[in-house]
Amino acid sequence: MALSTQLHVVTGKGGTGKTTVAAALAMSLAGQGKKVLLCEVEGRQGIAQLFDVPPLPYEERRIAVGLGGGEVYALAIDPEAALLEYLAMYYRLGRAGKALDKFGIIDFATTIAPGVRDVLLTGKVYEAARRREGNRFSYDAVIMDAPPTGRITRFLNVNSEVAGLAKVGPIRRQADSIMQMMRSPETHVHLVTVLEEMPVQETIDGIAELTSERLPVGHVILNLVRPPVLSVATRESLTAGALRTPTVARSLAGVGIDKAAAPALIAGGVAHLERQRLQDGQREILDDCGRPLVTLPLLGDGIDLGALFELAERLTDLGVTT
Amino acid sequence: MTGRARTTPSTRKGRTSPRGGTGAPAAGDLDVDALLDDRTTEIIVCCGSGGVGKTTTAAALALRAAEKGRKVCVLTIDPARRLAQSMGLTELDNTPRPVKGAALDGGSLDAMMLDMKRTFDEVVEQHATPEKAAQILANPFYVALSSSFAGTQEYMAMEKLGQLHGQFATVVQDDAGEPAAPRWDLIVVDTPPSRSALDFLDAPDRLSSLLDGRFIRLLLAPAKGPARLISAGFGIVTSALNKILGAQVLTDMQTFIAAFDTLFGGFRQRAEGTYALLQADGTAFLVVAAPEPAAMREASYFVERLAGEGMPLAGLVVNRVHENGADSIDAVDAESAAHKLAGGSAGDRATSELLTIHADRMRVADREQRLKKRFSAAHPGVATVSVAALAGDVHDLDGLRRIGALLAGETGEEG
Repeated sequence: MALSTQLHVVTGKGGTGKTTVAAALAMSLAGQGKKVLLCEVEGRQGIAQLFDVPPLPYEERRIAVGLGGGEVYALAIDPEAALLEYLAMYYRLGRAGKALDKFGIIDFATTIAPGVRDVLLTGKVYEAARRREGNRFSYDAVIMDAPPTGRITRFLNVNSEVAGLAKVGPIRRQADSIMQMMRSPETHVHLVTVLEEMPVQETIDGIAELTSERLPVGHVILNLVRPPVLSVATRESLTAGALRTPTVARSLAGVGIDKAAAPALIAGGVAHLERQRLQDGQREILDDCGRPLVTLPLLGDGIDLGALFELAERLTDLGVTT
Repeated sequence: MTGRARTTPSTRKGRTSPRGGTGAPAAGDLDVDALLDDRTTEIIVCCGSGGVGKTTTAAALALRAAEKGRKVCVLTIDPARRLAQSMGLTELDNTPRPVKGAALDGGSLDAMMLDMKRTFDEVVEQHATPEKAAQILANPFYVALSSSFAGTQEYMAMEKLGQLHGQFATVVQDDAGEPAAPRWDLIVVDTPPSRSALDFLDAPDRLSSLLDGRFIRLLLAPAKGPARLISAGFGIVTSALNKILGAQVLTDMQTFIAAFDTLFGGFRQRAEGTYALLQADGTAFLVVAAPEPAAMREASYFVERLAGEGMPLAGLVVNRVHENGADSIDAVDAESAAHKLAGGSAGDRATSELLTIHADRMRVADREQRLKKRFSAAHPGVATVSVAALAGDVHDLDGLRRIGALLAGETGEEG
């Protein structure tokens, strides 16, 4: 039997929309009647912004309800609070915990000592993913809006660094079992990307790094993908330069639009075609990455709650969460 | 050069967009060329959230400054592979190398990519006796700290910046062995890809408080052995730490801290020096953003943070802005016309599709415009420049030149 519940880690290069995808994933699961915990670890309050709720405290709070009784809880993990909680929970350090604080150790550990932050953040996720109520897990799934692709392997792997430092003792045991969870079949690291050169390259590099550390890669999610607008005929005539200003001007005049706009509209079509071609090229590169691809469309009006539902539905239909 | 921060519509050459504040010169426009031409500008720091084109902006500014006759060194943290190659950054040897192909007129351009472990090792080797350095370099805590833990990159970026700026004073010798001009007179820094450049700013301060921290003194205490520290509180703390970490970890940590102790003074001094350098008049911070809600929010936060720290902010660069030709036709009109033409002749159908594309682009442009306006309203004192989105990524010097021209408000064209 699994030692932890399903864990979806969502990473991606900055600007690719990983918070949105993580939220949509949570909504998708809630839509299937699941109880999920959506956590963020970078103190950015991106989840609160997205769901239009007040800033999240260090407390699991219900922020959305799905069909069929599903629920989304959210948590902004704060390293300092996580450390105090950890000390209280595992070591029953009441007075000593306060003494640690007085000596500046809590501050040292959470802000100064490099790496400890990541240990605490992953530690809290581990705790939530293993928590039980009776004989079942408290959550059907935990979803983490994780650090960016460039840092994700180091982040998820931080506990193996700890294991290298602490050869024995309780910290070592904890670090080992966190690594065991990260590498278990219950964990899925999804990479979000847009179809541009740099993010795609980072995704490919990220998959290689994760794989070499035996961290399980889930889906590659192509986000903000522009749907093709041009028909084959228009594409061909634009490519051949056969769509001329007079033709477009005549059509524009027919619907009462200033025909002087024709050259700019044609140029806009050519630029669109060029972007589409670059996008297709990047998709071909990802076709060979060995992971299942999922495409989410660019929604013209930006991301609001309605858009989240739309993306969640897409993820459900595509079977990402089943 | 025009001195005007002007951006170009992406689809038509030489036409200035009348939309919003990006078209006309206004008090709120950032004059990048004036910044680069000003010889008192010694350091430019590009910061902002991930994925907004910080590295590209830093590289483009450096190239433009060099081609204006400045002696420039650009310090990048984690450049995309092809951008790195375009600047000849194929070797990871942690020293600045000349960039080939820059059209120089008395100026020069060197580029380097930060190797954090190497920078850290060099500092240790420079400031400790060989035996002590060997002891530190072999300590498991040092190995973890210098190579894999997050946060170190920020410290080392600051360290490297301080080192490079220190070389302003040293003069290189010409072929005859006579002292010539300093090697650099401008450093352009790209900040590490942390959640925001916040960590970068915090680095010197954190380092100082680390060195001053009671915890460090506490850890040093047993090695040095002042009996007065062995108080009741201390007893609780060590036993708690032993319980949590295990005695071996604590011992390793103490050995490391004790060995490192001799270096602390120098570390703190340099970190504080670099912090002061960042606040100095010769430094200019550029906040880089993309016209997306999250990136603009981070930019706002960062602008406030810089002000709070007394850091000199030059302005905001908004990258990847969508500009449109034919922007007198709004999205609604374009869509309704597209609808009417959809069932017509072949020419009508093609025009209908073009109008649909136009409507989508106008929606995006409008949303971006609103975001920029909201930012300007909240931060009226921040000069801003918008850089039009290019169709592809930049990976050669010509591409960087084009970005540089857009940053300076010259007319360009979509690549």
